[in-house]
Amino acid sequence: MKRLNTTFFALLLALLPMLAVAQQLDGEVVKPRAGKFLLQNATVVTITKGILNNTSVLVEDGKIKEVGTGISADGAEVIDCSGKFIYPGMIDGGTKLGLVEINSVQETVDHMELGNFTPNMQALTAVNPNSVAIPVTRVSGVTTVLSVPGGGLFPGTAALINLNGYTPDQMYAGFEGIVMNFPSSGRRGRFDRRSDEDIKKANEKSLKEAEALWENAKSYASLSANGAELEYYPEMEQFAKATTGELPLLIEVNTVSDIQGALKWLEDKDAKVIFTGVAEGWRVADEIAKAGIPVVTGPIQSLPTRESDRYDAPYANAGKMAKAGVKVAIRTNGQENVRNLPFFAAFAAAYGMGKEEAWKAVTINPAEIFGLADQYGSVEVGKVANLIVADGDPFETKTNIQHVFIDGYRMPLSNRQIRLYQEFLDRSPGLNMN
Amino acid sequence: MKKTTYFLAALLGLSIQFASAQVKKGSVLIKNATVLTITEGVLENSDVLVQDGTIKKVGQNLSAPNGVTTVDATGKYLMPGIIDAHSHLGLDVINEATSPIVAEVRMKDVVNPYDVGIYRALAGGVTISHAMHGSANVIGGQNATLKHRWGSTDPADIIMQDAPRTIKFALGENPTRVHGRGNGIQPRTRMGVEAILRNGFNEAVQYKKSWDEYNSASSQKNSSALPPVHNERLQILSDILEGKIIIHCHSYRADEIYMLINVARDFDITKLVFQHTNEGFKVAPEIAKYTMGASVFADWWAYKFEVYYSTAYNAAILTENGAITSINSDDAELIRHLYHEAAKTQRYGGMTDEQALAMITINPAKQLGISDKVGSIEEGKQADLVIFEGHPLSSYAVPQMTFVDGVKYFDIKEDADDQRLKVSPTEMVEPVTIADDHNDRCMQDTEHLFETTNSLFLLNQ
Repeated sequence: MKRLNTTFFALLLALLPMLAVAQQLDGEVVKPRAGKFLLQNATVVTITKGILNNTSVLVEDGKIKEVGTGISADGAEVIDCSGKFIYPGMIDGGTKLGLVEINSVQETVDHMELGNFTPNMQALTAVNPNSVAIPVTRVSGVTTVLSVPGGGLFPGTAALINLNGYTPDQMYAGFEGIVMNFPSSGRRGRFDRRSDEDIKKANEKSLKEAEALWENAKSYASLSANGAELEYYPEMEQFAKATTGELPLLIEVNTVSDIQGALKWLEDKDAKVIFTGVAEGWRVADEIAKAGIPVVTGPIQSLPTRESDRYDAPYANAGKMAKAGVKVAIRTNGQENVRNLPFFAAFAAAYGMGKEEAWKAVTINPAEIFGLADQYGSVEVGKVANLIVADGDPFETKTNIQHVFIDGYRMPLSNRQIRLYQEFLDRSPGLNMN
Repeated sequence: MKKTTYFLAALLGLSIQFASAQVKKGSVLIKNATVLTITEGVLENSDVLVQDGTIKKVGQNLSAPNGVTTVDATGKYLMPGIIDAHSHLGLDVINEATSPIVAEVRMKDVVNPYDVGIYRALAGGVTISHAMHGSANVIGGQNATLKHRWGSTDPADIIMQDAPRTIKFALGENPTRVHGRGNGIQPRTRMGVEAILRNGFNEAVQYKKSWDEYNSASSQKNSSALPPVHNERLQILSDILEGKIIIHCHSYRADEIYMLINVARDFDITKLVFQHTNEGFKVAPEIAKYTMGASVFADWWAYKFEVYYSTAYNAAILTENGAITSINSDDAELIRHLYHEAAKTQRYGGMTDEQALAMITINPAKQLGISDKVGSIEEGKQADLVIFEGHPLSSYAVPQMTFVDGVKYFDIKEDADDQRLKVSPTEMVEPVTIADDHNDRCMQDTEHLFETTNSLFLLNQ
């Protein structure tokens, strides 16, 4: 008996630490969850095929399996969406999300490599899947972003990522593009105190450099295609893909003279081109439309580029380009506040673009511009199940985003900002300890 | 004779200055609006009559007195002019970064009425902004409260002369970076920041005491007492201790906020507003009990380490804990849509329309000490008003007209695109500036303290 007791206590002692551990792990973690989901009886804003009332969407194997009425719920988790709206997840066509954690702490800033010609720098390898900003972004209904390196003339290769997954490969959404910062004749902000002369000189020098690099890349590509054994030159190997059209060129260009300069620079080049930024696009919207170059523009909430400009020029820019026939997508160009993409779209809508076109600018247009319209940007059968369920218009701040699906995963609608709210709304202890 | 002429000329000069500070006041009848009074509910289909810059009557079926123009606001919303409790618009310089305490400098000496940002703020419905000194110093300069009377070229005309005095304080990374790391003097840490504050106030207590002693001695007959040497810096600190100046303190972390609350309590200071206050939510009960509240960003975070642990629910948590809460811009771009920033508190914390709108009207008015004059649509208040197409808390809202003292300074339909008041004769070609992240000017004019271009990153906020 005594011996049994001893054994019992020994066992108990051995178990105690385990119990203690169990107690320390207070609180529940909600993980992204894959499965078969039936989103029932919603108003489905498909973007490409109109607005469908009392319609259900079946999500299975990461895809939109069915869109319609009377879909069998067999084996699916049913989510009642009556009175609610289903939209495709929003796509931000240009961000530094995942590349920059805290802007002023350089150890956490990974979007700018040294050097002027570094197209082989891959944004995808530097994206931090566990960035605190990612779940903060997700709850706004933004499900996919382009993560873009910056810095020199050809700073690197941007990558489109879905905001779900623990490795870059899991997040990768299927588009890459080589970034070019077109030599700028404008000032880079209020800290830029170079003289007009210095800016002009730097501009001409950069253009010459870009031209030389392009010619070299063409030679590199043709030698390579002909089976020549080439020296190890990773920058040129990557850049050559822009000259053959294997990868598109994302050209950051903003002022009128630069936009026109870029159009001229491209005249003798056979490249797939996307313009980004395009702050003064409204001044030459017809020329951009004529060249057939699509645009990723933003941030919409920004100051006019010139003191003499009408105050709402940046709000109206996207709409004016769209009206001129340019295919327009909207970007935040942000990192921590990519969640504001829907509000940027609302401002563009209110200042001339209209809601329908603004919705396209954050869904199907970026999908088309990135060559992924068969997979993203609308609620259609066969597409990747990036979906949001909301109790109203997601562009309005009053609206609650109630479900977010990415790659068919039901995403947890929590993040550190929400957890801080839960902890501190009614703090304990409050003002006094007792 | 010559002396008299000079005297008269001086007098004339003075009177001209006073005359030019007589600001324009207007009269207008705004008809059939949905009136968001802020303090007295929402009035459907109502009229607001403004005479000589003052709200005379709020009601229905009002008629315009002779000579008063009528504006038809059917289907539109009317709200009080938006007030930004943290801005740097209309200032030539921001930071006097030469000492941890520079209480003697005054922003009213560097007001620049030509800043086109003032017009752009009006186009976003903002009629009053708190033009603040920067955040380089623990105790910065005295701020100016501006009324956006765009077009006046006399700085005195755009200063709200009947607003109380306010002063800028700053805690945390900015003052420790400028002085400790930049100049190798205290403060380098948050401990040093507290020491600067306590030393400064204790010196001011002694300064005041020496003046009190002199004043009581010199009132005696045949007194031979000599006055203490005047020290403007200590005089201002002494005015703070006497409750004559409202402190507006740049702050982020909960610990430093709590520290200043303790310092203020030790010196019996109650006129204290926290600015930015990203971690205010962690000490919301303390802020509510001991201060005039917090003026915060709707959603800015992560641009520097001290704002990494922020939450966009900050304003809601502060409000629910009873702290007076306002939403500010600190930015020439953000100031253009403060109505939208306020609306974000509905997404992040479910604030009601009334709570959200108060954060850009009556609450900042309270924090600037001007809530008896502006911040709501009430009879007798100054007629700073904005007409919106769409509810101002909708993301699609578009301001249509903005009035200050009953004078219309913004009209979306009538205004010319180019609103510059002067064109620079030295620039042949107008400069083109492409937006950078966070245009905040809190640390402007301190660039020379840092060597590398990489440190430009650090100069934001």
